Amino acid sequence: MNPILAVRDLRITFGGVVAANGIELDIYPHELVAVIGPNGSGKTTFLNLCTGYIHPASGSVTFEGKPITELPPRTITRRGIARAFQIPQLFAGHSVLECVMLAVAARHGIWDAWRPLARRGYRHEAHEILDLLTLGAVADRLTATLPEGLRKLADIAIAMALKPRLLLLDEPTSGVSTAEKIPLMDTIVGVLRAEKITALFVEHDMDVVERYADRVLVWDSGRVAAAGRPHEVLHSADVLERIIGVG
Amino acid sequence: MVVRYIVILAVVAALLPIAVPWLGFVFTLAVGIGLAALGVAMLLRGGLISIGHALYFAVGAYAVAFLMRDAGVHDLLVLFAGATIITAAVGFLVGAFMVRYRAIFFAMLNLAISMVFFTLLSKLYYVTGGTDGLAVATPTVLGMQLSRGAFDVVMQNAALILMVAAALLIDRYLKSPLGEALGAIHTNEVRLEYLGVSARGVIWAAYTVSAGLAGLGGAITAVTIGHVVPELSYWTVSGQLVLVAVLGGIGGVPGAFIGAFFLELVRTFAVGIAGEVWNAIIGISLLIVIFFLPEGLYGLIQRLERRRTNPK
Amino acid sequence: MIANYLPLIVDGLADAALIFFVAVGLTLVFSVVRILNVAHGSFYAFGAYLSVVIGTIFAGRGWPLLSLTALVISPLLVALAFGPLIERTLLRWTYGRPEALQILVTFGLFLVLEDLQKLVFGVQPYSQDLPMQLLGTSRIGGIVYLNYQLLLIVLALVVGVSLRLLLKKSRIGKSISAVVADEELARTIGIDAPRVFMLAFSVGVFLAALGGALASPTIGVAPGLGAEIIVLAFAVAAIGGLGQIEGAALASILIGFTRVAAIYFAPEFQPVVPYLVMVAVLIVRPYGLFGSIGLRRI
Repeated sequence: MNPILAVRDLRITFGGVVAANGIELDIYPHELVAVIGPNGSGKTTFLNLCTGYIHPASGSVTFEGKPITELPPRTITRRGIARAFQIPQLFAGHSVLECVMLAVAARHGIWDAWRPLARRGYRHEAHEILDLLTLGAVADRLTATLPEGLRKLADIAIAMALKPRLLLLDEPTSGVSTAEKIPLMDTIVGVLRAEKITALFVEHDMDVVERYADRVLVWDSGRVAAAGRPHEVLHSADVLERIIGVG
Repeated sequence: MVVRYIVILAVVAALLPIAVPWLGFVFTLAVGIGLAALGVAMLLRGGLISIGHALYFAVGAYAVAFLMRDAGVHDLLVLFAGATIITAAVGFLVGAFMVRYRAIFFAMLNLAISMVFFTLLSKLYYVTGGTDGLAVATPTVLGMQLSRGAFDVVMQNAALILMVAAALLIDRYLKSPLGEALGAIHTNEVRLEYLGVSARGVIWAAYTVSAGLAGLGGAITAVTIGHVVPELSYWTVSGQLVLVAVLGGIGGVPGAFIGAFFLELVRTFAVGIAGEVWNAIIGISLLIVIFFLPEGLYGLIQRLERRRTNPK
Repeated sequence: MIANYLPLIVDGLADAALIFFVAVGLTLVFSVVRILNVAHGSFYAFGAYLSVVIGTIFAGRGWPLLSLTALVISPLLVALAFGPLIERTLLRWTYGRPEALQILVTFGLFLVLEDLQKLVFGVQPYSQDLPMQLLGTSRIGGIVYLNYQLLLIVLALVVGVSLRLLLKKSRIGKSISAVVADEELARTIGIDAPRVFMLAFSVGVFLAALGGALASPTIGVAPGLGAEIIVLAFAVAAIGGLGQIEGAALASILIGFTRVAAIYFAPEFQPVVPYLVMVAVLIVRPYGLFGSIGLRRI
């Protein structure tokens, strides 16, 4: 099977700090891959590189066989990669429904100055996505009034409205209370599996990783230091020492 | 909702001058300013403040003068269409690089270009008439040359029709995906890019439309006053347009026209009663609105309406 | 060789000096108080008008030499009258509000001051070039120069250097720098931020009025003076980089020279020059020559 995302020798340095030091990996369709590693090891930089927010000094990123290394975020999004952010990026002053409708409209074509955004078709699609993510009840609330867990879900809902084939999640359970984490991830992963979306998620909570990931990639100093199935990777003494400092 | 306020405004503006004839002139000018202010208000939605929109106001006005003098165009509708298209084209060209800038830099660049235009208009005497400006003869309407009095009445009604049409069209625009995306740029541009939308493209479209609006406003002014001068591009006019937009309220389309009507009425009355202080009166009105009515006059009207239908 | 260009250089520097006073005041206020003050030009106009009035009074009473003091008394009076008052009332309310709103407040203020100026000083143009005449001329290398121009250049240097030293070395200057860098932190270490704002704004007003007073012998006064100068000051401040003193100095010199060169070689287009330069600079360096996003040092 061909990888949906192929990264080869990705490198970038920021003012003396090597944020990406030859990243190499393959992500296969329908996988749920967790990315773990200590703070500052370059995980968010990696997401930025994959989505065109920054461009590498050298190396390549290929999506579905086509290179996307030098493309800007908006083009990469249109190719089928969506991203949910560590700090939820919502549109302040708008309701959750409006945010998702905007994403739906963006997918169908934003270059429409005549028909209303809030048309029946878009509303329906947006409601569908919100219901899938259990956000139906808060659809009309302003994003600013939501608690953190729901803001995260809203952020993911916006990304999902784009019907991506690859979804990148940056710490989906951070800022969420322990009690809420499992229900949250159950919901998200449920939708991912149902919609057959490949996903990569950066995570710090090892329980979450063990429970939901098909594969784990361990980051260290800007590169993939270890990879494998959760039970292998998470119980390897070497990895534990690197990322948790136990040893 | 929006339709209601605009229609009320139009009806008032149509009927009042029957009682007080010179108000017709004032209202027509107000529509011109209102259209330009609507352009400014659109950009404000996207978080962009143009303190140089007088540029397009002047381009529209001078386009009418040039079309008449050099292209032999005299028909009112052709003049309006021509001026709007020409100004929109200029806006399209300027917008091409303007969309790379945000906030204060966007504002300053707009200002700079409008002042360059102002100085060119003032200095290129043989083309533009210099500081004297150019005269604009009374246009023909549907092939007929009317007396000035009859033309003024026709112009008044044309202005009101244009106001209603523009208000409805721009209201649609702002509620469409392209218009809502404009508002989203202001709140989270990065997220919008991550939706696959080109923020620059969205701004470019809005900028071009807003230039066209200002151009039409300038054309109306040119034809109503019968004279165009370089001052139409001066920065204080740009300031007035922003003032009108904020005064009226940028929350909705009627705001720009409410603000414009207010400005022109104050200007007319103040000049009659206390000519030396009309600037100050406008300034103080602006300060009052900013301090106490952040949503502008339109916001106030909306609030009163809501209280009326929902007395809690 | 240089000697041939000396008149042009002196003219250019003198023009730059006059622009510098206004532009540096605007940029100083922007860097500390974070507001682009549209009414800055109005203070310039008041400084000019008051200087003409005071100078004329002194001349009328047979104390022509004192008209020179008008050049300094006038800006001081303007700063004392307007600085604290406006900062405490109008500006204080706008802190923390959106930029667009702040600019509009100062625009409203500008409109009010325009009419105030007309009410107090009337609408007739005046001139009072006594200070310029009094200082006479010097002959250098066979060419006659106005001593007034030389004075302007010297004063601009003095003001520029003093501001730099004040901000770097004096206690007040360090307080200002601290507030500029991080207002909250400055407050927690006991710096009286409101007083800093008031002081910085008043200095800005003083500088604008000083520019007006010093310019008045060369150009006279008339309504519209404030409106003309503010947009030029904006252009210069933007070219130099908002909030950058050195930038304001460099931009003033650049504009002074290009304006004077235009007068010598293409006089019709002299007014366009600053705006063309501004467009050119902003296209290449959107934040001005010395500016950069987020960097708001003085």
